[in-house]
Amino acid sequence: MSTVVDTSAAVPLPAEGNGTPLKKRLRRAERRRNLLFGALILPLALVVLVAFIWPIGSLLTIGVDNPEIHDNLPRTLAALEDWDGRAPPAEAAFRALADELAAAKGSPAIAAIAKRLNREDAGYRSLVMKTARKLPLDPAVPAREALMAIDAQWGELATWQAIHRAGGALTPFYLLAAIDRTIDADGNIVAAPADERIYVDVLLRTFWMSLVVTVCCLALGFPVAYLMANLSTRHSNMLMVFVLLPFWTSVLVRVAAWIVLLQNEGLVNRLLMWLGLTDSPLQLLFNRFGVYVAMVHILLPFMVLPLYSVMKGISPVYVRAALSLGCPPFRSFWKIYFPQTLPGIGAGGLLVFIMCMGYYITPALLGGPKEQMLSYFIAFYTNQTINWGMAAALSAVLLAATLLLYMVYARYLGPTRVKYMKAR
Amino acid sequence: MKHAASFLRAAVLVALGGAVGTASADITVISFGGASQKAQDKAYYAPFTKATGVKVVAGEYNGEQAKVKAMVEAGNVTWDVLEVESPELVRGCEEGLFEKIDFAQVGDKADFVPAAVSECGVGIFVWSTALAYNADRLKEAPTSWADFWNVDKFPGKRGLRKGAKYTLEFALLADGVPTSEVYKVLATPAGVDRAFAKLDKLKANIQWWEAGAQPPQLLASGDLVMSAAYNGRISAAQVEGKNLKVVWNGSIYDVDSWAIPKGSPKKAEALKFIRFASQPENQAVFSGEIAYGPVNLKAVPAIDAKVAAGLPTAPENMKGAMATDTEFWVEHGENLEQRFNAWAAR
Amino acid sequence: MLQPYASPVERAWYYGMRGLVGLILAFLFLPILVIVPLSFNADSFLMYPMSGFSLRWYEEFATSPAWRQALMNSLIVSPLATLLAMVLGTLASIGLVRADFPGKALLTAVLISPMVVPVVVIGVAMYIFFAPLGLTGSYTGLVLAHAILGVPFVVTTVTATLQGFDFNLVRAASSLGANPLTTFFRVTLPMVAPGIISGGLFAFATSFDEVVVTLFLASPEQATLPRQMFAGIRENISPTIAAVATILIVLSTLMLMTLEWLRRRAERMRGARR
Repeated sequence: MSTVVDTSAAVPLPAEGNGTPLKKRLRRAERRRNLLFGALILPLALVVLVAFIWPIGSLLTIGVDNPEIHDNLPRTLAALEDWDGRAPPAEAAFRALADELAAAKGSPAIAAIAKRLNREDAGYRSLVMKTARKLPLDPAVPAREALMAIDAQWGELATWQAIHRAGGALTPFYLLAAIDRTIDADGNIVAAPADERIYVDVLLRTFWMSLVVTVCCLALGFPVAYLMANLSTRHSNMLMVFVLLPFWTSVLVRVAAWIVLLQNEGLVNRLLMWLGLTDSPLQLLFNRFGVYVAMVHILLPFMVLPLYSVMKGISPVYVRAALSLGCPPFRSFWKIYFPQTLPGIGAGGLLVFIMCMGYYITPALLGGPKEQMLSYFIAFYTNQTINWGMAAALSAVLLAATLLLYMVYARYLGPTRVKYMKAR
Repeated sequence: MKHAASFLRAAVLVALGGAVGTASADITVISFGGASQKAQDKAYYAPFTKATGVKVVAGEYNGEQAKVKAMVEAGNVTWDVLEVESPELVRGCEEGLFEKIDFAQVGDKADFVPAAVSECGVGIFVWSTALAYNADRLKEAPTSWADFWNVDKFPGKRGLRKGAKYTLEFALLADGVPTSEVYKVLATPAGVDRAFAKLDKLKANIQWWEAGAQPPQLLASGDLVMSAAYNGRISAAQVEGKNLKVVWNGSIYDVDSWAIPKGSPKKAEALKFIRFASQPENQAVFSGEIAYGPVNLKAVPAIDAKVAAGLPTAPENMKGAMATDTEFWVEHGENLEQRFNAWAAR
Repeated sequence: MLQPYASPVERAWYYGMRGLVGLILAFLFLPILVIVPLSFNADSFLMYPMSGFSLRWYEEFATSPAWRQALMNSLIVSPLATLLAMVLGTLASIGLVRADFPGKALLTAVLISPMVVPVVVIGVAMYIFFAPLGLTGSYTGLVLAHAILGVPFVVTTVTATLQGFDFNLVRAASSLGANPLTTFFRVTLPMVAPGIISGGLFAFATSFDEVVVTLFLASPEQATLPRQMFAGIRENISPTIAAVATILIVLSTLMLMTLEWLRRRAERMRGARR
């Protein structure tokens, strides 16, 4: 396909002087070439846009979406528009609510209303469900009395404030909750209640665990890459196999292997007990230690490969020069060699760090609740409590952190370096 | 290029064919996996396929309803029969996630225990979450949840299901709340705080599990000294020769039910399957495979006396046990699970 | 090489370095080997010491409907996803290298982004978006998702290969009278094939090892091998897991060898041109 355009660009130019100047024709040919080649990108761009960018975009909007009350109780909300919020509202609001709840009865809408209000305060769910069961009301009786006869809670100010609060089409609630903030009754942004304050800690934990894994990978990866870069090609290729085979092996295989090794009666514990280092088996699994070990094992190749490719390009003559001029070996390594490896350290470090941030499988299988990072909470809200607003808000936090780091990475190290990355 | 294009076309066709191919006469039955699924296969899936020719594709989950919700809302239901715990059944029924079931097509209501009959569900079995321990590893047998919390007398790790349900009840039982008062206490904010405070005391010694197959394995391997466990999984491990024991005192029982996700294209087959699984002779086979009680009362005489003594429904085992309060968990489930999750991760 | 006149410090450095690297490589390599013998264990614990030799876990793998279905699904989904990624990715790469337009860098970043966005976010987003379209619990949705995850590898490797490709060769072929199609299949393709194939291998490995997105998108009918392994590790860790792991290790060794062969071949071709 590429050749079609090349020939068209190489069509013998017509004789001079028949109108269009050469420059113009060249530009036109150039434009045609761009258009044709640009068209080759189109199918992929469309697929990625429609099946990837769009879903992620719409996920992010779910984080601020608040349709449950807004869409299902529009008339009630309209009746509450001029309400001062100091006393239960007028009869019109009661009537609208009774009508709309009656209409929603038996459909998913009633469940959505109940669930959304229950998030404001536990108890509203059964109030809504119980009320709906007794609807519709007798039109002759005032709605206010009838609703209060079903449950006295309808006469309470707090109930109507909750409806009013939850009624906006958009809400900052989930995004605020994702950074442990909430809005109080007066509309101020305040710290969330202590028993819900957790996500800042989880974000910090995600950063911290990623940092520990990255530093461990660097400490282990540096000597390996260094030795490989300084061996003959034949020997370094041999060592490379030891790095690449784990790299190509399924993550689940490696997780299973670590379970075999680290379980209570596993090989590591047996070895420790045989050596007399411990009397009873140590807890190595379902805690931070196990997660760190497995994550370092999985991510180490991603550190070694970029380090190696940078070190391979470092000429040995500078260090030799330093040594021959009388600089002590360690000092020449530190002052001359090490600074030249910094691009590799940056590339490998950021790569490992970015991948760590999104880890889910390894902590889920090898860790306890205290080892779970942001990804886990996203999955929890998606699957367990079906609170997609919260899942979306936490996704936004994780995505923002990751993209920020990626931009640093791409800016300083070039996007083509990303080739070793494997999304896990 | 041309080759590539035809490859692509072939690929898409095969892919679409795959999607269309699922619309055969098979039904997908989702359960909680492990030993319970194996028993269901023996008692229900395999005989059902033999009797009707309808193949059963078995899948497992841990009770999360997100997929059901997504499927139903999309009108693209690929699960035909689903095992659910009672709060999920009530919630799903109210939210329109499950088909209403005409009980007459399943059997005579009078033959079933009351909790097995509901608007959207048909009971499968009575099961219990109880304290279990490895008798080879403990010199003295624990007898209550207070013992479970007693780390000095019984040192070692304990297993609890990762979730608020049952965990909070056990904490209150351990704190001296009588079985009849547990849900009353838990319904108050002070009661919830009390349960979490009790859990705080044990937190360092808890290992959380999610799948029902985990506790017997962790008990057998010595990773845990005691654990909350589904009683059937413990009895299955006993059959394999493990010396695991169940403490019935303070156990909580519930009925698991079949439900049909709304809009299942194979509702008729699904209902046929449920009817088949509710027959007394099949229920008796199930109880023989795993120690869960039958919901069809006619199955009781067909069950071996030795097996019957190990079921949660045995009168001896009911002493000191309590029933799950479905209404309570329907109302407080989301908030308590959320708080529990925040607490556990700290 | 250690010189004969090396000082004791240099000697210590030389051997110390090799010893240390040996230990680190053992940490990388041995855990993978540990699981292989257990797949031949006679009894049902995934634990040493082994009680005897047996092939029963391979038999279990081969006869269990769930594992067979999982293997089948992996063999359907991964090749299709790889093919889709390779075709779309190669076309787009040619376009990206040859065309010039404003926003090209941004577009490249977008096409590579599936590699950067955390998988859980991708999983949740696709799950919520695909469900109303009937693409959850379907092979189509799964293949599409896996293809998108694989595309970045194809794009990065093929653009890298094309950047080193001398387009004068194409002009030479045309000027010698070859038609465009012949030129493509006889000149361009053989030169960039290693890039496409290694990109494809990366895409295949990604799909073949994908759990998270599959957890969200697949129904039991589409459960792939890694999905089944995930359930197995979480539920009931039996030696069948070890048998599957061993098969997967053999497979990854094969992929590694293919890639190595491709690399050598590319090196040879580059050498020949020089």
